[in-house]
Amino acid sequence: MNRPIRKLAVACLLMFLALLVNANVVQVVEAQSLRNNPNNSRLLANRLNNERGPIVVGNQAVATSVPTPGQTYKYQRTYPFGTLYPNVTGYFTVYTETGIEQSEEDVLSGTDDRLFLRQLADTLTGRQPRGGRVVLTLNQAAQQAAASGLAASGHRGAVVALDPRTGAVLAMASNPTYDPNPLTSHNGRTAQAAYDALATDPAQPLLNRAAQQTYPPGSTFKVVVAATALMSGSYTPQTVIPAPPTYKLPGTNTVIHNAGEEICGSGTSDTLTGALTISCNTAFAGLGVAVGAQALQTQAEAFGMNKTLPSFPLPVAESVFPTRIDPAQTALSSIGQYDVRWTPLQAAMVAAAIANGGEEMLPYLVQELQGPDLALLSRTQPRVYSRPITSDVAAELTTMMVSVVDNGTGGNASIPGIKVAGKTGTAENVPGAPTHAWFLCFAPADDPKVAVAVVVENGGFGGSAAAPIARNVMLAVLGGQP
Amino acid sequence: MTATLLPTRGGRRGLEAGMLVFAALLATGAFAAVTYAHGASFTVQIAYYGAGFVVLFLGAHLAVRRFAPYADPLLLPLLAALSGIGLAMIYRIDLANADSAERAGRSAPSAYAPLQMMWTLVAVALFVGVLIVVKDHRALARYSYTAGLLGILLLLLPAVPGIGATINGARLWLRVGPLTFQPSEISKLLLLIFFAGFLMRKRDVLSVVTKSILGIPFPRARDLGPVLIAWGASLGMLFIENDLGQGILVFGMFLAVLYVATERVSWFIIGLLLAAAGAVIAFFTMPHVQPRFEIWLHAFQGNNPQGPSYQLVQGLFGFANGGILGTGWGQGAPQIVPFANTDFMMSSLGEELGLTGVMAILTIYLLLVMRGLRAAIGVRDSFGKLLAVGLAFSLCLQVFIIVGGVMRLIPLTGITLPFLSYGGSSTLSNFMLVALLVRISDAGRRPPTPATPLVDPAAAPDLIAATGPERVGPAEPAKTTPAEAPAETGAPTAPIAPTAPNAPAGSGERAP
Repeated sequence: MNRPIRKLAVACLLMFLALLVNANVVQVVEAQSLRNNPNNSRLLANRLNNERGPIVVGNQAVATSVPTPGQTYKYQRTYPFGTLYPNVTGYFTVYTETGIEQSEEDVLSGTDDRLFLRQLADTLTGRQPRGGRVVLTLNQAAQQAAASGLAASGHRGAVVALDPRTGAVLAMASNPTYDPNPLTSHNGRTAQAAYDALATDPAQPLLNRAAQQTYPPGSTFKVVVAATALMSGSYTPQTVIPAPPTYKLPGTNTVIHNAGEEICGSGTSDTLTGALTISCNTAFAGLGVAVGAQALQTQAEAFGMNKTLPSFPLPVAESVFPTRIDPAQTALSSIGQYDVRWTPLQAAMVAAAIANGGEEMLPYLVQELQGPDLALLSRTQPRVYSRPITSDVAAELTTMMVSVVDNGTGGNASIPGIKVAGKTGTAENVPGAPTHAWFLCFAPADDPKVAVAVVVENGGFGGSAAAPIARNVMLAVLGGQP
Repeated sequence: MTATLLPTRGGRRGLEAGMLVFAALLATGAFAAVTYAHGASFTVQIAYYGAGFVVLFLGAHLAVRRFAPYADPLLLPLLAALSGIGLAMIYRIDLANADSAERAGRSAPSAYAPLQMMWTLVAVALFVGVLIVVKDHRALARYSYTAGLLGILLLLLPAVPGIGATINGARLWLRVGPLTFQPSEISKLLLLIFFAGFLMRKRDVLSVVTKSILGIPFPRARDLGPVLIAWGASLGMLFIENDLGQGILVFGMFLAVLYVATERVSWFIIGLLLAAAGAVIAFFTMPHVQPRFEIWLHAFQGNNPQGPSYQLVQGLFGFANGGILGTGWGQGAPQIVPFANTDFMMSSLGEELGLTGVMAILTIYLLLVMRGLRAAIGVRDSFGKLLAVGLAFSLCLQVFIIVGGVMRLIPLTGITLPFLSYGGSSTLSNFMLVALLVRISDAGRRPPTPATPLVDPAAAPDLIAATGPERVGPAEPAKTTPAEAPAETGAPTAPIAPTAPNAPAGSGERAP
């Protein structure tokens, strides 16, 4: 009888083999697709029952998970600073996440491979695995200055401040802003109602205007035109260029004026520095046509326009310099109108590139990724993104922009004892609507530590509406009192 | 066959004790992890739990030492390990259910872990009882018809109005006051004793071949009777009690024993054909059989995941959530799956212990099954062989049916996971099952009566005492063939059996 018993043993072995193979199929091969199955409520449970890591600015958590004893899920996401950071952190709701919450999901949730050993140790010791920490580059004082400046203006708008030496984003504010806390409610109806209110608000509070919205740059674009001229080698800051009272667009009968019908320089001509200082439209329209659309486009692209910004953790709109334009369009583009559009982030990058001696650093928001135990997982190394201008041209542009603040339209940005370089912009947008107010700047001009771009939608003149906000942001970074 | 059976190496009870310590550590560690993950600090309760577990299985170990000293040392530790893991998981699911009840503001649901502890206590007592009462498994053959009758009776009992109860759609429960009991679990063992006894006597007749079809020799038509009876009983289980799992289990067990008894593949084929016929009948007449196939084939289609296949799909999500290493004790959400602590125990374990844990547990089962079959090979009488085969194979089949079911390898059939699932009747019957295997393995590994004592009788009184009765017994039942005898016992110096080695198969048995 032993022969059939042995055969039966083989049959049992095969049955168990089938079970073992099947276990591997279910738990390894099909595991990922099963985990992502829309019917899988464990996804939700894992999402809300594990302690998600905080998002940190300075030493303070700006997004954190608080235990919710007695509720269905163990943790709820909260944003202690309310309306100050949502355009950067995004929000983490029961079902979705945006912003840094989305881009650093793996570290925050603890599923990042770099956290594997820590999670394994936690699992073995029976501890609830925790998510890692994301430390942002933001400077809380600068962010506060930017947000309150925009809020006080009463207008929609945005502020971006960069450390020109590294590309670290020091402030990124968008107005109007919103409180992300109601969105994270575990009560589906409460959360949905809060989201619907924000999504249907015509002021679009969910839009991060600092990076996602493009605006006509207006006169701030003259910095790029001046850079193109200086880079051509045919111009110096002292070069005298035509600056007539009016400028007829080539091939048309349309005439452009200076703001307030002003006269530039001698009345018919001015130095490059002089034209920038008082933001002379007729001079720059002619200068743009003189250097040519192609040179302007090349220079604009060297600064990052017409390109997708790589590896930025938030959605960024592409800044545009129009291609294949005729001389009239070139003239209009040279004063930042026509189809030229850039984001406040791009404007800040241009200011930072000039401040950093012509080296444009790649902007970044995440300073460090840390384990739940604060152990360093990775630190962002600053990278040169582009070299749009030489250091000589950068020095020349710096001097010219200091003149804008000291002697010209940017006086409102001046800080006693600190040399500030800046450029105003007053951009026409929808016919009849008030102009957008722009200011881009950096300080201290001789040792730049901060570069700022401010746009105040329909705020009027850049020098009056935008420059004071930029000044306060610079002061916040440099440690002074407004 | 293997060197481990050398009688001079003794019963290896020390090895058993050592492995029991390991099983106790495993169980205590699991319990501690569950408690810790639930937020409680390590309390003295965990020590009590560990100590209780040790005392319980120490009792079983001492009983084996006393009443089955030559038993396979692996059987009891394997049983203890599974039982400990099961208790920890039942406790863990209790905690989860209590938590969700607290959150929802409901009063705490009944806790199953203390009940299962109690059942385990009773089961160990029964385990010891079986070892004491059944001194020689061959004695059971005498009661095979009684067992068969009792088995059928127990099967029919739930159908009797008044004492029977329908729980979860299956009418296989007995309700006595607050207690419910599933007699089919016990009747499985009784029926097996009947099958083994019956086939032991009839195997010669059943082996007679009249004609062969396609080269396979087939038996006489009139000998089909017993097969048809077993088939009918299984179908009866299916129809009267709506219990597909037990029906398949009993019939599969019968087929395995029939195959081993007759050594005829033809019986196996006939059995499979009958099973297929039964399946077809069930498919078209039973209201809940067709949906099982639908659930199995189209688990993720349409609204099935929210409806009929909810349980299966949630179980699979549990397995997937566990992945390779599992979430860890107390860190998953196994309570989402309905019946997480009974039929879907494996998905609970798969979630928290991962593929690693699942493979380890399956390996423990496989070892248990293989040691059971090894006992069948080792024992010398055909009743013991058939009984051990039936016990071991029923275990194998039960694990295959339920684990394959929850993992969607085969259509899902509700049945408990032996030793791990919560359930009184299942725990009791499976502990008795292992007790019988221990008894049979003891008989198989017992050193054969030496012509000249291998050891000084004074030095080993137990050995002599244990083997004594067989030596002086009137009818030595061993009927191993000469070819396999030395291999089985591993003691070539000792004559195997005083009876003629070529005695006709089955004739050496004691008359019932």
